[in-house]
Amino acid sequence: MITRRFLDFPDFGWRNPFEEMDRVRRYLDQVRGQADAGYRIPQAGVFPLVNLTETKENYILRAELPGVKAEDLDIQATGRNINISGQRTIEPDPNARYHRREREAGWFSRALTLPGDIDREKIEAQLTNGVLTLTIAKSEKARPKQIQIKG
Amino acid sequence: MTNEAQSRDMQVKGKQEVAGAEQTRPGPVFIPAVDIFENENGITLMADMPGVATEDINIDVRESTLTLTGEIKPFENADETDILVEYETGQYYRQFTLPELVDQDKIDAQLKDGVLTLVLPKAEAAKPRKIEIKSN
Repeated sequence: MITRRFLDFPDFGWRNPFEEMDRVRRYLDQVRGQADAGYRIPQAGVFPLVNLTETKENYILRAELPGVKAEDLDIQATGRNINISGQRTIEPDPNARYHRREREAGWFSRALTLPGDIDREKIEAQLTNGVLTLTIAKSEKARPKQIQIKG
Repeated sequence: MTNEAQSRDMQVKGKQEVAGAEQTRPGPVFIPAVDIFENENGITLMADMPGVATEDINIDVRESTLTLTGEIKPFENADETDILVEYETGQYYRQFTLPELVDQDKIDAQLKDGVLTLVLPKAEAAKPRKIEIKSN
């Protein structure tokens, strides 16, 4: 490929020999990105994965956190940001022989910016069956207001 | 699990979907992540099934096949609109073959914080027995 480039641009002389490789690498990254996008839901790649919905009054944020106790969770709200961090612990049985170990333990932290202003005083958190549900009230300004048409 | 493993940062693991599942209900079916470990009294199986209520878990033992199913009730209200969807919810399904040594009548199940713990005690005949040597 380098040879061909010399033939194509004889006047340019010796350029950065790694340029060609960089180009190939970028191309491969692009191809891989396209292949991934086909079957994967877009996600931040940070544990825990969240689903966010909205109603007229609230944002509702849900995250699957099986085996995480409420006291091991730390939820903070700053401005429009919600930060969920904590630890998932799995008590090992020292005498046991493991056949399969797919569940993971460790620390996690996830920050998320909400699309609108929120009322930080009105955030409710609930942990049921391993699913965290945060009900976050929208601030007065962020709520839609019905406009009456005068007749 | 070692202490080293506990202090790690958790990585995102996408839910595993059952490939080519033959099913009668619509919607995706996921394979719950499980830990299976064995000590001298029995085998313990722990499965992550977030969002499933106690009454919606079905544990079926037939001959030597253990089938776990968990149903998720739709919990979104009708007036909610999606902004960001990173994970899907659906049914859980996983099947295991039990070794013969499990006492099938004494299987104990418990669901806590979205984690199902199944204790499968070993039958008396299968427990390791230490033989004492009598000396006169």
